Amino acid sequence: MADAGMLRFHVPEPEVRPGGTPDFSNVPIPKAGSAPRPEIDVDPRTIRDMAFSIIRVLNRDGEAVGPWAGLLSDEELLEGLRHMMTLRSFDARMQMAQRQGKTSFYMQHLGEEAVSCAFRKALAAGDMNFPTYRQAGLLIADGYPMVTMMNQIYSNEADPLKGRQLPIMYSSKEHGFFSISGNLATQYIQAVGWAMASAISNDSKIAAAWIGDGSTAESDFHSALVFASTYKAPVILNVVNNQWAISTFQGIARGGSGTFAARGLGFGIPALRVDGNDYLAVHAVAKWAAERARANLGPTLIEYVTYRAGAHSSSDDPSAYRPKAESDAWPLGDPVIRLKNHLIHKGVWSNERHAQAEAEILETVIAAQKEAESHGTLHAGGKPSTRDMFEGLYAEMPPHLRRQRQQAGV
Amino acid sequence: MPRRTMIEAIRDAMDVSMARDERVIVFGEDVGFFGGVFRCTQGLQAKYGKSRCFDAPINESGIVGSAIGMAAYGLKPCVEIQFADYMYPAYDQLTQEAARLRYRSNGDFTCPIVVRMPTGGGIFGGQTHSQSPEALFTHVSGLKTVVPSNPHDAKGLLIAAIEDPDPVIFLEPKRLYNGPFDGHHDRPVTPWSKHELGEVADGHYTVPLGKAVIRRPGSAVTVLAYGTMVYVAQAAAEETGIDAEIIDLRTLLPLDLDTIVASVKKTGRCVVVHEATLTSGFGAELSALVQENCFYHLEAPVARVAGWDTPYPHAQEWDYFPGPARVGRALIETMGA
Repeated sequence: MADAGMLRFHVPEPEVRPGGTPDFSNVPIPKAGSAPRPEIDVDPRTIRDMAFSIIRVLNRDGEAVGPWAGLLSDEELLEGLRHMMTLRSFDARMQMAQRQGKTSFYMQHLGEEAVSCAFRKALAAGDMNFPTYRQAGLLIADGYPMVTMMNQIYSNEADPLKGRQLPIMYSSKEHGFFSISGNLATQYIQAVGWAMASAISNDSKIAAAWIGDGSTAESDFHSALVFASTYKAPVILNVVNNQWAISTFQGIARGGSGTFAARGLGFGIPALRVDGNDYLAVHAVAKWAAERARANLGPTLIEYVTYRAGAHSSSDDPSAYRPKAESDAWPLGDPVIRLKNHLIHKGVWSNERHAQAEAEILETVIAAQKEAESHGTLHAGGKPSTRDMFEGLYAEMPPHLRRQRQQAGV
Repeated sequence: MPRRTMIEAIRDAMDVSMARDERVIVFGEDVGFFGGVFRCTQGLQAKYGKSRCFDAPINESGIVGSAIGMAAYGLKPCVEIQFADYMYPAYDQLTQEAARLRYRSNGDFTCPIVVRMPTGGGIFGGQTHSQSPEALFTHVSGLKTVVPSNPHDAKGLLIAAIEDPDPVIFLEPKRLYNGPFDGHHDRPVTPWSKHELGEVADGHYTVPLGKAVIRRPGSAVTVLAYGTMVYVAQAAAEETGIDAEIIDLRTLLPLDLDTIVASVKKTGRCVVVHEATLTSGFGAELSALVQENCFYHLEAPVARVAGWDTPYPHAQEWDYFPGPARVGRALIETMGA
């Protein structure tokens, strides 16, 4: 064997850094409609290539094509468009509110609206999502009141979480939205546990786990895949690959595996990659996975290929680590514009109606914001009490906390 | 009344709970078919089926993380971590997830889980089968921490823990599984079948969380102990002839401060003993609480006897273990101060 010389340490680097020209030529984009739609009881070993391709429905001409198309009616698609536009408008207003000092922190979805909005429509009432901080579309698309979301963001007197949680860490059992932790990956294995419980109870409900590309490196991701695989849990294992984990490009978490979906293969879990900016593709693939789960066929891993067009959070400045124009160069486009073009192509929508809808939505969001602000913002107006800080840790307050509450004078 | 070992009492607690409430499920490493390496779950799978008692992958974070999800669904998982020393991969799930779920969701989701784990040394388990990590749990807001010292309490406390609406850490002193070990490792241990606290009633009963018990009434000095150290302290009191009042805390959090304060005010002296390492151990909290609440009644400094601040060694196990001789010395010094 030839002498390989000294050992060399390898650290992956993204293709381009600030100042460079964005280049996604290394991201192969299959033609819309080209991916097959297997039966839900398919042998996972026969669809391994789907972990390396991308399922797409909407083509460049705004047509829905291929075997994954045709699941949604015009009304459902128009509703989906409205949900994504609402989420985008909501984000813009709340991002601004954060800049105005009305709250401490915000995280927006820009470019990723299709993932959570379309996914929600593939689930049934009673199913449970275990989301990360970038799936508020699950709430918007399920009709959760925007005012309640804003009350939480403002930590005001009407905040259902009594000011205890960072902004956007919502919780709503009623809407199938598990309390967001703020820790990364912990919820992934919890979702599997919830799904196991549903199976143990001979129920019909399923769970959905959510994680980002970066957090798949956490041990809990591995725990979740082991448990889901072992117990064939009725769970959908979602990986939202938006290319960036704060400043760290996805290659640092992904390593040599090629794709995040491929992580499922060693566990015998069917793994699909889907165009995350394609509302129809996200919905169709999620629906397929939900049917599998409900039919006792076990977990499915889905990687949504998307792009975080905005900053990681209100505390982040992406220009320090990636080219400014990179999001414009993203080959899968913008989810709102793509669904809009599809609906125009179908003759059920127009640029005029879109502009009008945008204005109406903004008005609704502003009205909700006004109502929320009447209950206070982080630094002004009504807020949760100091007493609220001591309460609700245990079902019954233990003596040491009662003493401390007394010391605090509340 | 039937006499049971602590293992049998713990098994009986799970059996009774599973029979009463179908939401109670039991799982962990080697817990299903085999019945656990200490046999605490023996027979439960055969009796209740594989859906309610099953083997888990060797993945403590996965065991606790999935239990949290199950509890959020509405089940009441009682899981086993094979040794307390193995709980660290699950620490994130316990401290930041289980402990805070009720609080952070304002009661929208709750986490009624029990995490059982054998604790303490004395079986030549070396540094990875002997630890006593209770202070790592009592330091966390939102958990309850229980350490039984005998079969009767173990059953009643475990049933109470399973029925509790919040997460409970249930530390089982493994050296007590078969008898009230008093630290004299060179003598045979009395089996629970010959000890009154080995009497375990059939059926359902609870021992409430948050209530200590006085094991040995005395007037000279108060000893605060839990788990194995209750019997070590009793041996020390007998061997020194000091009339110690020995309190078995049973639950560390919530702590029964009233019983502690009443006793120390009566005796004016206090010795705190635990097997865990000294620095930042639970004894530090106990000692601080005693001086905060009983300062003007104290006639001597509060003394602490604990494991040395080293990892639990293998060959030097009995040099490390705070046995009756060390506790006895602390009693004599506290009486002489």
